[in-house]
Amino acid sequence: MRSDREPPLDSGTLRKWLRDMVLIREFEVRTMQAYQNKQIGGFCHIYIGQEAVAVGCTAATRREDPIITAYRDHGHALARGMEPKYCMAEMFGRIGGCAKGKGGSMHMFDRRNNLFGGHGIVGAQTPVGAGLAFATKYEDEVINGGHNTRVTLCFLGDGALNQGAFHEAMNLAGLFDLPVVYVCENNAYSMGTSIERGTTMAHDLSIKAAAYGVDSALIDGMDILEVYSGMKAIIERCREKSRPAFVDMRTYRYKGHSMSDPRKYRTREEEEKWQTEDPIEKLATYLRDHGDFNEEEFKQLNAEVRSEVREAIKWAEESPEPQLEELYTDVYTHSCGPYKGTSVPRMLHEGETE
Amino acid sequence: MTQVREIEFRDALREAMAEEMRRDQRVFLMGEEVAQYNGAYKVSRGMLDEFGPRRIVDTPISENGFAGLGIGAAMMGLRPIIEFMSWSFSLVAADQILNNAPKMLYMSGGQFGCPIVFRGNDGAGGQLGSTHSWCVEALYANVPGLKMAIPSDPYDAKGLLKTAIRDDNPVFFLESERMLGNKGHVPEEEYLIPFGKAKIRREGTDCTIVSFGRPVHFCMDAAGQLEKEGISVEVIDGRTIRPLDIETIVASVRKTNACVVVDQSWPFASIASEVVAQVQERCFDDLDNHVHRVNADDVPAPYASNLEQEFLPNPRKICEAVRAATYNA
Repeated sequence: MRSDREPPLDSGTLRKWLRDMVLIREFEVRTMQAYQNKQIGGFCHIYIGQEAVAVGCTAATRREDPIITAYRDHGHALARGMEPKYCMAEMFGRIGGCAKGKGGSMHMFDRRNNLFGGHGIVGAQTPVGAGLAFATKYEDEVINGGHNTRVTLCFLGDGALNQGAFHEAMNLAGLFDLPVVYVCENNAYSMGTSIERGTTMAHDLSIKAAAYGVDSALIDGMDILEVYSGMKAIIERCREKSRPAFVDMRTYRYKGHSMSDPRKYRTREEEEKWQTEDPIEKLATYLRDHGDFNEEEFKQLNAEVRSEVREAIKWAEESPEPQLEELYTDVYTHSCGPYKGTSVPRMLHEGETE
Repeated sequence: MTQVREIEFRDALREAMAEEMRRDQRVFLMGEEVAQYNGAYKVSRGMLDEFGPRRIVDTPISENGFAGLGIGAAMMGLRPIIEFMSWSFSLVAADQILNNAPKMLYMSGGQFGCPIVFRGNDGAGGQLGSTHSWCVEALYANVPGLKMAIPSDPYDAKGLLKTAIRDDNPVFFLESERMLGNKGHVPEEEYLIPFGKAKIRREGTDCTIVSFGRPVHFCMDAAGQLEKEGISVEVIDGRTIRPLDIETIVASVRKTNACVVVDQSWPFASIASEVVAQVQERCFDDLDNHVHRVNADDVPAPYASNLEQEFLPNPRKICEAVRAATYNA
C-alpha cells in the first residue's frame, strides 16, 4: 500500500470498499461451507484473495457501464450490487436465485446492475464483451447520433489468454475502436498450470495487447487504491477516446481453482507470501493510518457482514426449489410447442439497486 | 394485367434485410466481405451504399470472434444479422453459436435474450469437397433455444428472413449457394411468413414426401416422374426445422398412408430421423409401410462431380424410396 500520497477519496468511500471486500470474503467462506454441506452442487470457484479487483474495478465504473466476467463470478456480482441472498440462492438451486436456480455458481446475471454474466467456458465471454461495447457505441452514435458514453468491463482469467476467442476479441476491439477494457485477473494459475507453463511472454503481457494495437497497463490487484486509480484513468480514457484497453491485473486466489483442488502445484510458502499482501488487511491498515478507523469499528464491520451473510444463507435455504414447470420456461421468449415463454427472476421485481 | 415480379433468391434475401434495416435502426449486418466487396455471393450488394459502414460491417476472417460479438450486441438489445460466408465456417464459432446464443435466456433465468440471425450458405455448393459442403441442420437443430429456417424459393427466403430478423430468439437461417440465382415470384408489397407453418408444394394422394431447403426441388422433380407411373405424391416443404410443423405432416400422412422424408444431411441422427420418429409416434396405425428416408450418403462429401451427384439426395433415390413406401399399398 502506497501511503505516501493523499487519500484519493473520502474515508466513507474507503470504508464502503472495505466493507464490500469483507462481504465478498465472508460470503465465499460461507459458500465453501455450504458446498461442503452439499447445499451447493456442481463447480464452484472461490474469489478469496482477489476481492480488491472486483470492488476496485467496479467502483471505477458508472452503473450503466456493462460488466461481463468468467465463472469465478460471485465477487463481481456482489461488487456490482447484487444482494447476497440472490447470489447464494442461485448456488443453492432455488427459485429465489438471480437466474431462478437455472444458472448456478458460474452464471450470475443481473440485468438491473448491467451484469451480463458469469460465463463458464474459458475465454468465451471475451467476444461477447466486445459485442456489448459494440452495442453501447452503436446505440450512442448510430441510433442517438451522439458520442460514445459507456465502457464495457470484460474480466478474464490468465488461462483465457491462450484461447483463440480472446485473440479474436482483442483484434476486433482494436479494429472497430470498441470501448472495452479487458481486465485479465492474473492469479498466476489456470487451474493447476502456472502462467509460465501456459502462455508465452508471461512476464510481460503488454506484448500481447501491443500486437493488437491495444493500450495496456500493469496494476497491483492486491491494492484497491492502485486498482481504483489505475482503472479509473483507463476507463475514462476509453470512454473519451472510444478505444479498447488491456490490463494485466496481478492478483492471487488463496483457494484452489475449484472446490476439488488440493493445490499441489504450488508451495505453501508461495501462498503465505501472497497472504502478506492481503487486500483487506492492506486497506484496513491504510484506514487506521490515515483516519479515525479503529479496531472496534473493524470488528463491528465484520460482525455486520457476518450477520448479513447469515441472513443470505437463511433466505437461500428458505427459498423453494424451482417448480418443475421451470424446466420449460426461458427456452424461448414466447410460448411455442412445449415451451412456456419467459419470466424474469424475483430479484428484478424487488431487488435493491444499491 | 400486372406483371408478376420475379427476382433471384439472393435479391429476396437482400430485400428482406434492407426492409428490416429501414424499419429498425437496431438491425445491422456483419460478416466477411459483406460491405466493400458487396458480398461474397452478392447477397448484400449495394447495402453499404444505402446504410453505410456502421451498419454494414466488414469483419476479418474471425467467425468465433464476430459471432460472439453479435451475441453480446444482441444481449444489449441490438438485432444483429451475422453472415457466415458458408455455414461450414460456422464450425469454428460453434462455442458461441451453440453454447452462448441459444442458452443465454435460460442461464440468465429469463434476463437476457439473444435476438440474432446467423445466416449463410448451407450444403453442397458444387464440388467444394468435404470441408466446405456442410449441412449443419442435423448438427445444430439438436440444440434447444434456437430456431432454424431453411427456405427453398425466393418468396419464402424473403418472408422467412423478415420473420427471423424480428424474432426475439436466435435464428439459424440456412441458404444454399446453389439456389441463390434461382428466380421466383416475390410481390412488391410487404409480407412475412410465420415460423412453424409448412407449405404443401404439390398435392397428392398416394405418398407424402417431407423435405427442407434445396432438396424440395428434387422432390418436385421426382413427383413429376412418379405421376407418369401413376403414383400421386404430396410434397411438403417444411420451411422451418425448429419449430417443426408436425401437424401438417401428420395430416398429410393420414391422407396418403405413406411417407418419405428427404433430407440433405447425413442419415445418422438426422433431421429425417427426427421426422420419421415423430411420424411413427403419431401415425403408426395410418401407415401402410414404414417411413422411408433419403439422405446424403453416410460418407464425407466427395469432390468428383459424379460422386457428389450420387452422394446427394437426388430424384432417382427419391423415386426409389416412394416406390418402396407405396409398394403393395
